[in-house]
Amino acid sequence: MSIEAQSRKSSGRSLGWKLTIMAVGMFAFGFLVLPPLYDVFCEVTGLGGKTNSSAAEVEIAVDESRQVRLEFVTTVNQYAPWEFRAETDGMTINPGALYDATFVAKNLTAKDKIAQAVPSVAPQQAAKYFRKLECFCFTTQEFAPGEEKQMPVRFIVGSDLPDYIDTITLSYTFFDTERLSDNSSAMSHSSPHETHSTQ
Amino acid sequence: MSSAVTDAHEHDHDHHGPAKGLKRWLYATNHKDIGTMYLVFSGIMFFIGGFMALIIRSELFTPGLQFVAPNFFNQMTTMHALIMVFGAVMPAFVGLANWMIPMMIGAPDMALPRMNNWSFWILPVAFSMLLATLVMPGGAPAGGWTMYPPLVLQTGDAFPFLIFSVHLMGLSSIMGAINVIVTIINMRTPDMTLLKMPMFVWTWLITAYLLIAVMPVLAGAVTMLLTDQFFGTSFFLAAGGGDPVMFQHIFWFFGHPEVYIMILPAFGVVSEIIPTFARKPLFGHDSMVYAASSIAFLSFIVWAHHMFTTGMPLTGQLFFMFATMLIAVPTGVKVFNWTATMWKGAMTFETPMLFSLAFLFLFTIGGFSGLMLAVVSSDIQYHDSYFVVAHFHYVLVPGSIFGIMAAVYYWLPKWTGHMYNEKLGQVHFWLSTIFVNVTFFPMHFLGLAGMPRRIPDYSTQFADFNSIASIGAIGFGLSQLLFVYVVIQCVRKQGAKASSEVWEHPKGLEWTVPSPAPYHTFNDPPKVAAEVAFS
Ligand code: HEM
Ligand SMILES: [Cu+2]
Repeated sequence: MSIEAQSRKSSGRSLGWKLTIMAVGMFAFGFLVLPPLYDVFCEVTGLGGKTNSSAAEVEIAVDESRQVRLEFVTTVNQYAPWEFRAETDGMTINPGALYDATFVAKNLTAKDKIAQAVPSVAPQQAAKYFRKLECFCFTTQEFAPGEEKQMPVRFIVGSDLPDYIDTITLSYTFFDTERLSDNSSAMSHSSPHETHSTQ
Repeated sequence: MSSAVTDAHEHDHDHHGPAKGLKRWLYATNHKDIGTMYLVFSGIMFFIGGFMALIIRSELFTPGLQFVAPNFFNQMTTMHALIMVFGAVMPAFVGLANWMIPMMIGAPDMALPRMNNWSFWILPVAFSMLLATLVMPGGAPAGGWTMYPPLVLQTGDAFPFLIFSVHLMGLSSIMGAINVIVTIINMRTPDMTLLKMPMFVWTWLITAYLLIAVMPVLAGAVTMLLTDQFFGTSFFLAAGGGDPVMFQHIFWFFGHPEVYIMILPAFGVVSEIIPTFARKPLFGHDSMVYAASSIAFLSFIVWAHHMFTTGMPLTGQLFFMFATMLIAVPTGVKVFNWTATMWKGAMTFETPMLFSLAFLFLFTIGGFSGLMLAVVSSDIQYHDSYFVVAHFHYVLVPGSIFGIMAAVYYWLPKWTGHMYNEKLGQVHFWLSTIFVNVTFFPMHFLGLAGMPRRIPDYSTQFADFNSIASIGAIGFGLSQLLFVYVVIQCVRKQGAKASSEVWEHPKGLEWTVPSPAPYHTFNDPPKVAAEVAFS
């Protein structure tokens, strides 16, 4: 092999390694960087309709001049064995005032069950103005066989809510956590999403 | 690898012919052997995927459920797409790269021949695994090739096999891409500066960078699916605080560059063919390079045009709409340059040229329907309808696949030393072109009229166009048997002997070596004479 070919070969090797590192870097970017980045992005912008996952501190500054319609939607995920509804279809609220709403769920099985409710707000732009002081979605909910529970949520819709929003939909989906605990026998909630696991 | 292999490899460089028997293929390090294996593999996958498409089209021939159960129908759409994208189109282009890039840049072989062997042999393993899922409990994956959670997590025993086969396909593509880049950067004959490289080499260089950038991201996404399913994470599970929409973002961050991975090498192929048969140099060679690079760059910032209906804010929709439309500009540059190349050229219409011309027309139709889909307000209506199916089949079948077929007809005489049967080639071309349009054009109307995609049954007002599409599909499928016949005939040396130029004064170093191309070419770097040089 000529000297030229030899040196071509070794510089080819090193370029090959650089490209390999690039590929590994992109994997790390996709697997390790993007998911947390996505969460931060959603939190900062309020996109994705996610609301605060632990009690927020808020000031009460009631805006008497304005009324907003708040609607409740309840969903049970797939075959999760609950009956789940809001006590009222909705309510009319003043931004900046403190309210309570009650949701009711019933375990339809003869077994102990643990549920996790996941809230979502539409339109997404309203999500970051919807602040919960207390919510049954902050923790998992345990149900004895056949138990029915009244679950409160206490919230304020910030008076800085943009003018163009006159209706907000608050939706809760009820998940059976069995799937999660089943899968995570070894690691229970130690996912990269730990921060969210009590949403 | 064992030392025996190393020895065989050293032998290669001693100007011996190929090894005998199975070992030649199993231990192949010669770029031509590996190129051949890639192309044959791709052909087999093309027919397996095509067979699945015919099952789909037979079911859709008339309304109602005829032949298959809905769940199996969904398995067919999912497997068809995975096999065509990762098994047929991508390996075909890697095969062409293996055969042609060393010969076009005056290199004796690919830069990393043993890795080349690995990147090929991973593929049959990956696809055996994927195909084996068809007989597993729960059946093959049926959640669509996009593998959206939570649906895909309902896959039965096939699930981990799906994930691992995607991993392997990705690994193979990345290794192939590294090889292509190192070859192009390091092994060019000293005369050939970057801007003197043929367009096929250029588009492949850009494609290879795209592959390295996005295949690992796909691997990351499917790994997250795997850990969500088996290791208790909640990347995409809402109950655990994750978000299924995040999967769509990550998938399409891979997915849109992926569609350019499938089309850029085809751009390169027609950029070789049109000048040859128009007997004029490629118009605006350098602007073609810049256009391809801008397309590659822009492809990273348009992904969410696949997600307009996920409820993103207006500003997001507008950004992705305009960014997507921006891609039409460099794409337009390319289309105009090809047209300008033909302007006042002395054109003849041999099969490779016919396929390239059909590419030009029909790919452009696909580009236009893409633009329609990029308009947010209309996409809300078209999304997940047969209009989308029409769009991507126009860019992929008469786009990528016709590009591959044009390349095969163009270079086959160089590979085999014999001409293919021109008459049959042209018959194959006309059948393919007619049937491709019969199949996919009516799908535009179906989509606009509201027929959703990925369904085994539909309401009766869609019946007529669906039966037309099904007839076209069967015709297209049968026409491809003719392609196989023509290729086999040529490989068995039943045509006239080909000269080393094959065509009339084509440009490029590959035409300076005899036909068939000897097992080893360019052991010494060639001079690039003016007649064969690209500006
Ligand atoms: C001018 C260029 C293009 C534009 C503006 C464009 C635009 C779009 C848009 C907006 C969608 C999403 C439609 C929807 O789901 O509602 C789409 C889907 C798609 N496009 Fe394109 N596209 C272009 C070129 C291409 C090319 C070159 C390819 C491949 C070679 C391609 C392959 C696909 C595929 C496979 C899908 C569907 C993916 C799926 O949902 O399964 N497109 N395109
Ligand atoms: Cu796209």
